[in-house]
Amino acid sequence: MLRRALQLGLGRGLLGRGLLGRGLGTHRGGSTLDQNGKVSEIKKKIQSVLPGGAWNPPYDTSYLPPEHSDVVIVGGGVIGLSVAYWLKRLEKPRGAIRVLVVERDHTYSQASTALSVGGIRQQFSVPENIQLSLFSVEFLRNINEYLAVVDDPPLDIQFNPSGYLLLASEKGAAVMESNVKVQRQEGAKVCLMSPEQLRNKFPWINTEGVALASYGMEYEGWFDPWCLLQGLRRKVQSMGVLFCHGEVTRFVSSSSHTETTSGEEVTLKRIHEVHVKIDRSLEYQPVECALVINAAGAWSGQIAELAGVGKGPPGTLQGTKLPVERRKRYVYLWHCPQGPGLETPFIVDASGAYFRREGLGNNYLGGCSPTEEEEPDPGNLEVDHDFFQDKVWPPLAQRVPAFETLKVRSAWAGYYDYNTFDQNGVVGPHPLVVNMYFATGFSGHGLQQAPAVGRAVAEMVLDGHFQTINLSPFHFSRFYLGEKVQEHNII
Amino acid sequence: MPVWNRGTRGIRGLSRAVALEGSQKKGRSLLQFLADRFYDVQALREYLLQKQVLKVHQKNRPFTYIKERFGPHAAGAYFILKQGGAVKFQGKEWIRSDAHGHFSLDFLKFQAVPVEAVDASGCAINYQGLDSLLALKELQSLWLQRCPHVDDWCLGRLHPLANSLQELSLAGCPRISERGLASLHHLRNLRRLDISDLPAVSNPGLTRILVEEMLPSCQVLGADWAQGLPSGPEEQSQDRASPIPA
Repeated sequence: MLRRALQLGLGRGLLGRGLLGRGLGTHRGGSTLDQNGKVSEIKKKIQSVLPGGAWNPPYDTSYLPPEHSDVVIVGGGVIGLSVAYWLKRLEKPRGAIRVLVVERDHTYSQASTALSVGGIRQQFSVPENIQLSLFSVEFLRNINEYLAVVDDPPLDIQFNPSGYLLLASEKGAAVMESNVKVQRQEGAKVCLMSPEQLRNKFPWINTEGVALASYGMEYEGWFDPWCLLQGLRRKVQSMGVLFCHGEVTRFVSSSSHTETTSGEEVTLKRIHEVHVKIDRSLEYQPVECALVINAAGAWSGQIAELAGVGKGPPGTLQGTKLPVERRKRYVYLWHCPQGPGLETPFIVDASGAYFRREGLGNNYLGGCSPTEEEEPDPGNLEVDHDFFQDKVWPPLAQRVPAFETLKVRSAWAGYYDYNTFDQNGVVGPHPLVVNMYFATGFSGHGLQQAPAVGRAVAEMVLDGHFQTINLSPFHFSRFYLGEKVQEHNII
Repeated sequence: MPVWNRGTRGIRGLSRAVALEGSQKKGRSLLQFLADRFYDVQALREYLLQKQVLKVHQKNRPFTYIKERFGPHAAGAYFILKQGGAVKFQGKEWIRSDAHGHFSLDFLKFQAVPVEAVDASGCAINYQGLDSLLALKELQSLWLQRCPHVDDWCLGRLHPLANSLQELSLAGCPRISERGLASLHHLRNLRRLDISDLPAVSNPGLTRILVEEMLPSCQVLGADWAQGLPSGPEEQSQDRASPIPA
């Protein structure tokens, strides 16, 4: 035993000396360099077998979206970014939800937001629209409290509080009065004016044919939509939302068959993966997700079709498509040296033509919505200048005689995500594709309702029901049930 | 724990850096360094920013008790005096708060005497605070010189005073631009308008001409419309001198 202990002791001592020696050897590079060299050789061999070195992946994948995301927002315009902002703001606890925004065009060259005229008003006929617009205006007023990023300069959205002036002929006067009543009930500050009062206030208007006018005194006007978009983008990035420059090409979903209480067979679908194809490449990344939010604006119809909305016999809920189409609208910028001055509100004539002041140099922006028969082809964004000559200029020149001499400086075209059913937005989940939420179809007033719609969708996603503004009249099922929520004051 | 310690060592530095805007470059770059790396520091900075905003909101709270008990004129006067401004009741002298912010509460006795003029120069009045002023239905003269939080939205809100307001001064307000001035056309009884020294107005000379056209019976002071025109020889500039003495 003693011998064993001695042996052990000697062995340990030797080992200790060996260890010590090895330790000293590593510091001083002594006789144990041999063992050290072996280890590094083995390391090098392993590195050469694995591609790209120890911890570097074989190639750069930073442009690809993540493989998993809780919420995927299709569309990075003002609605999509607003939903992302409110999701991140209302989530509990902080950082709980991973949000991915997929935007096909980072330059926003065809996005409705960037090409918008930028007006905001509360003069709608549907009470929900008025509430949405009121909250959005409050958001814009306090934009530097909502979208403040530490160390970044404050946002200036260049709001012009000049108000909207809607003119009505004899036919539309009664509707206008009832609309104003609803608007006043919701808290909008609108006043009705007779033609005489109109002439006193704005002497450059020709009031022939005008029976009644409604003028928004406060909280109406126009602002810079690009600034709002960039402000939202900056804030949303600082809150940790991921962006991906790509296009959604496919949804991978699973279906389950159930029976309703009345015994009918229903097929419920659930989207599991979103295939995002990278721009200018054939590469795509399947993103596993829990929810998809369709905020694709003018292209929402195509996204909905990809998800299987509307694939079924017509007349059933399965066969009801999302009735949102791309419609092209023209905007013209002209100069009129004798035109109306600084007090010009955003004027919407009874004929549908509208214009507003732009800047201080007697420039005006305006246009007109074409009738159903004259709808231009939405395939491209080319401008038709004859439309101005035939349809926009005559009613405006009749209304404002100074506009008889004007010179068109430039023009552009943009898309409306036009809801062919009732020209109001679609907000909320689809009844059959259970994890796809819509926030689209606003037909020209999406920009002015974006902050409020974003909050409503975030509430729906996080709490399951609307908390502040009740947008249940805007549910998808109204297309199947045929219940129109018609908005009369569409420009 | 080491993370939090690193943050707390700079707390006094944090509050100082937030108060002095950009004057201490070294302090701010340290702050930025910390905020970029530690969520705690970033959250703290955001919290301090929020506190500053809340301070302004607190200053602009409405005094509903005084309004119910003594009437809207007294409530408006109390609000202005609390902010550090001055009030003139009809037929009485100017009431000002002294250097310490104290003022006499005698005006609470004038129940139905309307407020005629308000001098809110330099006060931290904002959109919310205008509630108290808009209740003064017989206000004739309103001076909002150098108010840091009065912006275009506030100007859009002044229309309830259209019947009585005759004099308005907006000189030196950093946030007012020509877009807000466009909403002043509701004030049809306005006789004197001072829009001098507005840094956010892009073209002061042109703006003044447009405002004069918009309010024909109002005397517009401030931006000389010769500003912005190329300086010609001596005789020409004398001819172009402003017809209304500023």
